Amino acid sequence: MNITLRVWRQKAPGDEGRMVTYQVEDVSPDMSFLEMLDVLNEKLTLAGEDPVAFDHDCREGICGACGVVIDGVAHGPERTTTCQLHMRSFSDGDVITVEPWRAKAFPVIKDLVVDRGALDRIIQSGGFISAPTGTAPDAHAMPVPKADADRAFDAATCIGCGACVAACPNASGMLFTAAKVTHLGMLPQGQPERQARVVNMINQHDEEDFGGCTNIGECAAVCPKGIPLDTISQLNRDLLGALASGKA
Amino acid sequence: MALKYAMAASGAILVLYLIVHMYGNLMIFGGQTTFDTYAHHLREIGEPMLPHEGFLWIVRVVLLAAVLVHAYAAFVLWNRAKKARPAGQRYQVKKSAQTPSRRYATQTMRWGGVIIILFVIYHILHLTTNDIAPGGASDSAYQRVVNGFQIWWVTLSYLVAMLAVGLHLRHGVFSALSTLGANRASRQRALRNASTAIAALITVGFLLPPFSVLFGLVS
Amino acid sequence: MTELFIEGDPIRDTKAPDGPIAEVWDKRRFSAKLVNPANRRKLSVIIVGTGLAGASAAATLGEAGYQVKSFCYQDSPRRAHSIAAQGGINAAKNYRNDGDSIYRLFYDTVKGGDFRSRESNVYRLAQVSVEIIDQCVAQGVPFAREYGGLLDNRSFGGVQVSRTFYARGQTGQQLLIGAYQALERQVAAGSVEMNTRHEMLELIVVDGRARGIVARDMVTGEIETHYADAVVLASGGYGNVFFLSTNAMGSNVTATWRAHRKGALFANPCYTQIHPTCIPVSGDYQSKLTLMSESLRNDGRIWVPKEHGDERDPREIPEDERDYYLERIYPAFGNLVPRDIASRAAKNVCDEGRGVGPNGLGVYLDFADAIKRMGRPAVEAKYGNLFDMYQRITGENPYEVPMRIYPAVHYTMGGLWVDYDLQSTIPGLFVTGEANFSDHGANRLGASALMQGLADGYFVLPNTINDYLAAGPFAKVDDSTPEAQEAVAAVRSRIDKLLSIQGTRTVDSFHKELGHIMWDYCGMERTEEGLRKAIERIRELRDEYWQNVKVLGTNDELNQALEKAGRVADFFELAELMCIDALHRRESCGGHFRAESQTEDGEALRHDDEFAYVAAWEFTGTGEQPVLHKEALEYEYVEMKQRSYK
Repeated sequence: MNITLRVWRQKAPGDEGRMVTYQVEDVSPDMSFLEMLDVLNEKLTLAGEDPVAFDHDCREGICGACGVVIDGVAHGPERTTTCQLHMRSFSDGDVITVEPWRAKAFPVIKDLVVDRGALDRIIQSGGFISAPTGTAPDAHAMPVPKADADRAFDAATCIGCGACVAACPNASGMLFTAAKVTHLGMLPQGQPERQARVVNMINQHDEEDFGGCTNIGECAAVCPKGIPLDTISQLNRDLLGALASGKA
Repeated sequence: MALKYAMAASGAILVLYLIVHMYGNLMIFGGQTTFDTYAHHLREIGEPMLPHEGFLWIVRVVLLAAVLVHAYAAFVLWNRAKKARPAGQRYQVKKSAQTPSRRYATQTMRWGGVIIILFVIYHILHLTTNDIAPGGASDSAYQRVVNGFQIWWVTLSYLVAMLAVGLHLRHGVFSALSTLGANRASRQRALRNASTAIAALITVGFLLPPFSVLFGLVS
Repeated sequence: MTELFIEGDPIRDTKAPDGPIAEVWDKRRFSAKLVNPANRRKLSVIIVGTGLAGASAAATLGEAGYQVKSFCYQDSPRRAHSIAAQGGINAAKNYRNDGDSIYRLFYDTVKGGDFRSRESNVYRLAQVSVEIIDQCVAQGVPFAREYGGLLDNRSFGGVQVSRTFYARGQTGQQLLIGAYQALERQVAAGSVEMNTRHEMLELIVVDGRARGIVARDMVTGEIETHYADAVVLASGGYGNVFFLSTNAMGSNVTATWRAHRKGALFANPCYTQIHPTCIPVSGDYQSKLTLMSESLRNDGRIWVPKEHGDERDPREIPEDERDYYLERIYPAFGNLVPRDIASRAAKNVCDEGRGVGPNGLGVYLDFADAIKRMGRPAVEAKYGNLFDMYQRITGENPYEVPMRIYPAVHYTMGGLWVDYDLQSTIPGLFVTGEANFSDHGANRLGASALMQGLADGYFVLPNTINDYLAAGPFAKVDDSTPEAQEAVAAVRSRIDKLLSIQGTRTVDSFHKELGHIMWDYCGMERTEEGLRKAIERIRELRDEYWQNVKVLGTNDELNQALEKAGRVADFFELAELMCIDALHRRESCGGHFRAESQTEDGEALRHDDEFAYVAAWEFTGTGEQPVLHKEALEYEYVEMKQRSYK
């Protein structure tokens, strides 16, 4: 199939960007979306044009490095990561618009590459359990009810790709933050720091210029790992608890 | 941080008020005497402990405070959202990944809210102070209602406003409950349905009297 | 063959103390010099890579009070490719009361490694495995649990005990997130300085000690120098030399190869693990291969048509025209034979022309019988996520049409040579995780990579590096030090060279061609003739690369083609060494199968009398003869046997 791509091109962080149109011919439906971009880049390189920069690494949907907005939807029309989106989801002759994640907290570095360091800083502010190496009791010392362990796991599957922020009309990072709060808050090991964690993480979230959450739900609708919207409610519950006990 | 709870709590007060208000409106089907007595009685609640209209003023002050808090929180959040994705960093193509109706409800929260507040001012001037009196002024609340809604464009303006309220509540009730921590995976669908039901109930409940007047069922 | 390499002195001391194997680690920890907590603040350590081995080491050393500088090429430490490991992590907890023990895990690992690993290291790995699980649970890793709230275990990779801990099919992700969170906690505490989007391009060796690195800031292109009292490489494996592998696109050998060029010996480069259950290649554009958990072989049946070039729909091929070749050749183990055997058998049937799929490189993995036997819901419950993944990638529904699978490069057992302390032959340069060669011998068992990465990072390195650091802080080094200036100049000239060639071929086209050479001649089956041809072709292609590669743009920007170009340049040099290593090892063992060395039944045949050693190679110059140093392997506790799965 033949595809027309409209791609955001921006040389450097401060530069003004623009949409540029490219033709990609002989696209196989079995190609992944990123492989289609590879084909474009090979073509551009041979023609002496700067290839399109985009983040990607594992290409199996787990590292969270890739992610672009395709025709207005983060990660494109299938609910998966961009690397696991295949060209069979498109038709011959389609015009596809490709843009980077857009948020003040995610400044564009080049073309489709953005800086998601803000997410790391949210984790630094409290997204952990303080367990210095060597201090751990036996793994069976503290049983965890299966339902809690499963819920913790569901939240822990977050890959930190930032699609939630990209899709949110408020550019909020609440689903990302809530996933970590829920993961750690469901486990007995996470209890001692539970209230401080939610307060510190929210403070950091707000400092990073993410927008506020208004429960719109676009985040959960595009999350490639299906992190549910109710994790945000869990975060709110924890935060309310922290406020009530004067920890905030 | 406390802002989102303020938003939810003030919203909850306003929703509760709407339900009471709607209950009062439906008294119109009891006839002029019932309705006017009810309207009059509202002014006498709490007497003699409270002065005349004392209770009403308490309610008005609480409501005004709730509206101010709600609007303030909304503007702060709106502003934050604008800063979080400033002009020049917007998408050229943006699509929602959710169902169209939910998307519409969530996308109209802010402008919908503005429309609602403008409507509330108009509504007070119309039926409370009667400074605006399409169809003629009157001392009887019942008469004011009947006079006004006999005119098609008055009813139409209320229809538009009530649909805006309905849409606002459809997302607002769910959002407030989520913010207050009530949303869990097992209940999410129930909460969404409940908030849609509340929205529909309030919209329909408020629209019954004006349409009944317009179609001559109440006169 | 002697024209290809020179034999040098053997390696005599691995620093492992003598004595009963169960006491060696205790003895070493006791004999290692300690650094008092107040002095740790004055000592700095550079750690390259933030996978399991790197992140766990950075978190632990930071917590201990050292000044740690951590580097990764990704935009966040959480993206390191450990995250993609699916199956699980082994630990000798014996929670199942099924006869497991540290000794058994040790035994299984040595045997699984086909008697080409160091006993002392493997025993320590098994010992430490127990603590890893405790540590991870304390960090909040959500391992699978049973209804009683205790941890679940499964049997994995053909062992007879259930010692594998897992978190659905995402164990690597959960363990890495645990280590990443511990690392970020130290970043917040100020004990670790995190440098993301930084790629190490050179090692700085001063007065014979590793004292720093030259790194490129991948956003600005700035060439930076970073100094420390010790350098740790935790930069992963080199499977991407094959272009197509299950590694991440960015996985590369540059950090370890640069260290190798500066004097660190590279051990057993030819040992590569090829995983049998991957989704086959669908076209030339393919950029990577995706693994599917080998647990699929528990219920799926592997077959190809008996007839050559049979292009019928698989569902229309009658039972008696199918060849369930694993069940036929290995009646005792059937579809559950070890990875290397299953992989080679698939290659053999495809080489015979009986492969299936668009390019004939695939075999069927059929669940029709399983669905009949267990019912579709049961199959769905057990393998649903894998089936979904398969369907997403291939567009075929595996509940209805048999899956197609083909082997793919998955893990490299070789790596920089390290002693018992995980120190390379350059003092002050430590190597952990897949980047070193230490624990898996010629073949790695399932669920052991995660175990080794975390063992090295959490428990081994933090108890050995102190012995080296106790002599520090070492003499001050800065940008005026001649060795540092030379290293920077070397990096700059290489980058300038790559940017100035402006030839006619892209980096990827070279990388693909190199990958084909390696896959064809240094892949699942290797022959003397093939390897010689490969060496010749690699050298030609490398020469062409340096004359004809096309890298656009400048150094002063985010330039992904330039990043790749540097990595591929190093892959060329590594590829040659892999072939030389494979050529010199005229035996078959584990992941290295030499066609000349097989039993009458076509099974791998080891030559313990001649090859029971670690081949550690010394760099002498690009295209020059490397020097082979042998570390003899002695087995005191496990008796060397030929494997048999018939």
